[in-house]
Amino acid sequence: MTSPWVKRLLLFPATAWMIVMLALPLLVVVVFSFGERGPAGGYVPAFTFDQYLNLPARLAAFRNTLVLAPVGTLLCLLAAYPLAYFLAVKVDPRWRTLLLVLIIVPFWTSILIRTYAWIFILGGQGIPRLLEFVGIEGVRLINTRFAVLTGIVYGYLPLMIFPIYVSLEKLDKRLLEAAADLGSSPAWAFRNITLPLSIPGIATGCMLVFILLMGEFLIPALLGGGKVFFVGNALVDLFLQSRNWAYGSAVAATLVIVMLVTVGLYMKLMRRAGAQRDDVSLF
Amino acid sequence: MQSNGASAVPVLTFRGVSKRFGDVVAARNLDLDVDEGEFLSFLGPSGCGKTTSLRMIAGFEQPSEGDVYLMGERVNGVPAYRRPVNMVFQHYALFPHLDVADNVSYGLRQRRPRPDADAIARRVEAMLEKVRLAGYARRKIWELSGGQQQRVALARALINEPALLLLDEPLAALDRKLRREMQIELQNLQRDLGITFVLVTHDQEEALSMSDRVCIMRDGAIVQIGSPRELYDRPLNRYVADFVGKSNFFAGTLVETGRERVIVSLAGTLRVPAVGGPSVAGMARGQGISLSVRPEQMVLSRDPRSLPADSAVKLEATVRNRIFLGEHTEYLLHETRLGEFLALAPRQTEISEPAFDTGESIHVSWSANAALVLSNE
Ligand SMILES: Nc1ncnc2c1ncn2[C@@H]1O[C@H](COP(=O)(O)OP(=O)(O)OP(=O)(O)O)[C@@H](O)[C@H]1O
Ligand SMILES: [Mg+2]
Repeated sequence: MTSPWVKRLLLFPATAWMIVMLALPLLVVVVFSFGERGPAGGYVPAFTFDQYLNLPARLAAFRNTLVLAPVGTLLCLLAAYPLAYFLAVKVDPRWRTLLLVLIIVPFWTSILIRTYAWIFILGGQGIPRLLEFVGIEGVRLINTRFAVLTGIVYGYLPLMIFPIYVSLEKLDKRLLEAAADLGSSPAWAFRNITLPLSIPGIATGCMLVFILLMGEFLIPALLGGGKVFFVGNALVDLFLQSRNWAYGSAVAATLVIVMLVTVGLYMKLMRRAGAQRDDVSLF
Repeated sequence: MQSNGASAVPVLTFRGVSKRFGDVVAARNLDLDVDEGEFLSFLGPSGCGKTTSLRMIAGFEQPSEGDVYLMGERVNGVPAYRRPVNMVFQHYALFPHLDVADNVSYGLRQRRPRPDADAIARRVEAMLEKVRLAGYARRKIWELSGGQQQRVALARALINEPALLLLDEPLAALDRKLRREMQIELQNLQRDLGITFVLVTHDQEEALSMSDRVCIMRDGAIVQIGSPRELYDRPLNRYVADFVGKSNFFAGTLVETGRERVIVSLAGTLRVPAVGGPSVAGMARGQGISLSVRPEQMVLSRDPRSLPADSAVKLEATVRNRIFLGEHTEYLLHETRLGEFLALAPRQTEISEPAFDTGESIHVSWSANAALVLSNE
C-alpha cells in the first residue's frame, strides 16, 4: 500500500541521522588512527600503523575494561533480579508505581554528584573510619576495583531492573499455579517457569549495561583515582590532556572493534541458548 | 459408578466448607461426596462459586471454615503441589517456553524419585496417542489450534494418573462443533481411564450430557445434587427447573396437600391436580407456588375429544408464534387466564394432524404427572 517512495522518505531522517552522527565520526576516527601526532598535539595526515603498534602501552586499560565491565554487569544482574522479582511479583500493585518511581528518583541528580558522594562514603572518613571504631584497622576502599564496582552497581542498577521487571511483570501467574498443580514446589516453579521466562529481560538488561560499561570513564575516574582506569579514561587522557589525537583514534577504533566482537559473541551465545531453551531451562 | 461397593472411601469429601473473600462469601457450607470413577459437574451462573470450590480441591485456596478430604484424608493446609489431584485450567495455562512433549511430561519430571527418561518418553507418546496428538511432540505451543492446546492441557494433567481430575470450563474457549466433539472425547477418556472427574461449567447442556451427577449452585451454596434425570424430572425448586431445560412456570397457590397428589389453584379460578414434589413437604395451604410444566409435556389438538381422558386440565389457547426446530415444532401459546407459555410438539403428531397456524385456536392439556409444584425460590 505504502509506495516505496513514501517508505524511502520516511526512512530519510533516521538514515541521515545515522550517517551524520555515527558513520562520519567513525570514519574520521579511522582516518585519524592512521595519522600522526602534530608537534603541538592534534593531527597530521599520514598513513602509518605506528599508532596501532603502540597499543600495548595501553594494555592495562583494555584489561581493566574487559574484566570489570562483565563483572560489573554480572553484579548488577545479581543485585537487580531479586529487586525486580520483588517489585513484579510480591509487591501489592497499589505500591508498585510508587516504588518504581523511587528507583528513577536518583536520575534526577547528575551521576557526577552521586558518584562524588561515594568518594566520601568509601574514602578515609567514610566506611573505613566506621570500621576503625569496631577495631578493624587499615582498610582501604577508595581507588580500588571494589570501589569502582560499587560505583558501577550503584549507577547502573536501575538500567538492569527495568527490563527484568517488565519480563517478570507480564509473566502469567496462572503458569505458576499450573506448575504447582503438577507437583512443583515454589522453588522448582521459579527454576522451571519464572527464570526461563524472564531470560529475555535478563538478556536485554545485560546487553544495555555491558555496552554502556565498555565506554564508561566517569566512575573509574572518580572512584578508581588513576589506579583503576578504563579505556574511556585513556581516551579522555589522550584527547584532552596529551592531545595525541592519532593515538587516541587508534585506541577508540580498537575499542569499537573489541565491543563489536564481544557483543556479537554474546548474541550468538544467547541465540544458541534460546534455541535449546527447552532442554537448558528444565531441571 | 458404585462398582467399588459401599465401603469404598469417597475420592472427595466436603464437610461444611465455606470460603470468604473479605465480605464476599464465595462458598457457603458445602457438603459433598464424590465417589471413585464418578463424573460430577458443578453447574451454576457466573460468580456462584464454582471456580472457588474447584480451587479449594486443588489446594490453591484454603477453606475459611469446614474440612476438605481427599480419599478420606483431611487436606486442609496441604499445598497444591502435594495433592494427588490435577487440574485443566480454563485458559489451559500451558508453558509457552516448552514444547508439547515437555509440557505433557512436566508432572512426571517433577516426581521424586524421577522416572528414567525412557519411561517418561514412552508414557508421553502413549498419552499423546490417547488425546489424538501423536506426532505433535516437538511442536511449539503457539503453533497449535485451540482444540489441540486443549488436548495438550488434558494430556498434561492425565499423564499423572491423578486420583481426581479437575476441569474448569475446559471447553469454554472452543466453538460449538469442536466443543461437542471434545465433550464426547472427554467422556470416553473418563470411562477408559476410570479417573474421577469434577467439571465446572455454566453450560447446562454440557453438564447434563456428560456427568453422572450434577451439583447445581447458587450464590456459593449447593441447591441440589442429583443425576441429570433426577434434576430434570424432580427439580427441588424453580431455580433448578429453570436451569435444567426449558419449563413453563405458572404462578399459583396451594389448595389441598396430600401425600402424592396436591391441588393448586392457578390464576385464582383454575383448580388443577399436580405432583407435590420434595419442596411441598413444609408448605401450608394458601402458600404461593410455581407450577412447572415442561413444554414437551403439553398435548395439543384441534379436536378436544382427542385429548387424553385423564388430563389434569383442558384449555383453549391461541397460537401466537410457531418455530420449526426440525424434530419438533415449538409453539408460543396464549391462554386468557395463564398468559403465554411454550409447547413442543413432536414431528410425529404432525403426520396425523397438520401443524397449527399462527392465530389458530387450539386445545391444550397436560397430565397431573407432568405438573410439578415447586417453591418459588
Ligand atoms: N481471589 C478473590 N478475591 C476476592 N473475591 C473473589 C476471589 N475469587 C473469587 N472471588 C469472588 O467469589 C465469587 C465466586 O467466584 P468464582 O470465581 O468462584 O465464580 P464462578 O462460579 O467460577 O464464576 P464464573 O462462571 O464467572 O467463572 C465471586 O463473587 C468472585 O468475585
Ligand atoms: Mg469460574
